[in-house]
Amino acid sequence: MGLTTPQSPARRRLSRIWNASSEIVLPSAVLVVLVVVWEASVHAFELPVYLLPAPSLIWVESLAVADTMAGHALATLRTVAYGFAASIIISLPLAVLLTSSRYVSATIYPLLVFTQSIPKVALAPILVVMLGASELPRVIVTFLVAFFPLVIAVAVGLLSVPADLVELGRSYKASKLQELLRIRLPYAIPFVFSGLKVAIALSVVGAVVGEFVNADQGLGYLIVSATAFFRTPVAFGALILLSVLGVVLFQIVVIVERVFFPWSAEGDETVIV
Amino acid sequence: MIRVERLSQVFHSRDGGSVVALHDVSLSVERNEFVSLVGPSGCGKSTMLRLVAGLIAPTRGELEIEGTRVTEPRQDIGIVFQSPTLLPWATVAENVLFPLRLMREAGSDSRDRAQSLLDLVGLKGFESRYPRELSGGMQQRAAICRALIHDPAILLMDEPFGALDALTREVMSRELLRIWTENPKTIVFVTHSIPEAVFLSDRVIVMSPRPGRIAEVIDVPLERPRTFEMEGRSEFQDCTQRIRRLIFGADDSAVPGSAAA
Repeated sequence: MGLTTPQSPARRRLSRIWNASSEIVLPSAVLVVLVVVWEASVHAFELPVYLLPAPSLIWVESLAVADTMAGHALATLRTVAYGFAASIIISLPLAVLLTSSRYVSATIYPLLVFTQSIPKVALAPILVVMLGASELPRVIVTFLVAFFPLVIAVAVGLLSVPADLVELGRSYKASKLQELLRIRLPYAIPFVFSGLKVAIALSVVGAVVGEFVNADQGLGYLIVSATAFFRTPVAFGALILLSVLGVVLFQIVVIVERVFFPWSAEGDETVIV
Repeated sequence: MIRVERLSQVFHSRDGGSVVALHDVSLSVERNEFVSLVGPSGCGKSTMLRLVAGLIAPTRGELEIEGTRVTEPRQDIGIVFQSPTLLPWATVAENVLFPLRLMREAGSDSRDRAQSLLDLVGLKGFESRYPRELSGGMQQRAAICRALIHDPAILLMDEPFGALDALTREVMSRELLRIWTENPKTIVFVTHSIPEAVFLSDRVIVMSPRPGRIAEVIDVPLERPRTFEMEGRSEFQDCTQRIRRLIFGADDSAVPGSAAA
């Protein structure tokens, strides 16, 4: 401390503002530069629209079909929400079951790994045959893509409780249920949320995979049908909207953690997923 | 009040091997006595503590508290571990109340009791803080409050100051004696530090490893209240020297670094 030159309050304030804004300013600046370069190169090299449309054209054409696109986005959002909800509802008890005994885990775990080795894109058409061309196969694909990392994260969380803490519970004659509800589950919360962050990102992927195979709506369907008619700007628009959707959903999970479990979100800033 | 009679503890590992953690240990601890267990790693100190706590069952021998055989954890025991093991999601006050919540004994006056314990250890004003906002020493104080919340007759402490720096350690051992004087309990205290054991205890149980057994029981001839000045007295020096010789043998040059206090 004594060795560095003391900064004036004004400079310190300035550097603080710079630090705070650099998180937003720097990535935004890079994005703007990229878009400008993109726009300029499309015009400079006279690239055909069906190969690579200019950002301005994407904007104009997407805006022209804004209503339809919003409808498709809502359809995708619904599939993501159902699939994500199913992942949570099934993963939590499954993780508890997996960690409850060695025999249970030895029985179930290989099956879980097996579900992960199934290529979901290949499974989707089979599910459509089995379940009909409804939303259900899409939700199931979404769930299958998203749930596994969540199960693993929760199971790791439940098992990472310090032995002393478990022994403390036992020394006060805590029942198995008390141990789970009052010690293990709360302890696993930070792990649950890192699993949820992976799961929400994968849910979007899963929903689009489902829509590629079978759908009459959704952003995945829009991309497939737009490219079929060489309406590349609309496909790009749908793609960008899909990415924005993913980022927003991810941030919602982050905010839920910060608001309801501030002690868990603490020291989380370096974590990417 | 704690009576241990020819107690042996054998642990079996999964590959078929077995380790004798304690062999034929007999011991008794009087009510409100302060007893320390000292010895190198692997001498069974912590095993002894877990047996008394009822967390594990002895392989052979008798273990009684107040004339009752110990077969499961008792409600009149408080435990302090080496790490504070506070719940990161609960405030300091809630952490202190945790045992009562587990035992479903939290009543209307529990908060007052938690508060007075926190005042006693110098954590007034930190009730609604979270563990991560506290220093290691403060966290361990909170853990001690948690062990005292249900007013147990016996306090078991497993190297409670082992993770603290030397200065905090001295402060904490003086604090512990003050708490014990104001609120007498039977304390069984496991430590690696010979001076700490002598400073705190009425009796020091010196243990030796492989298999874990009691080498000797040493009465500390120092009056109470204890002060740090006593560490300069010849009785104190005699005690620590004797314990050192028991643990390391007569040859001082062969001191294993890991077990040195």
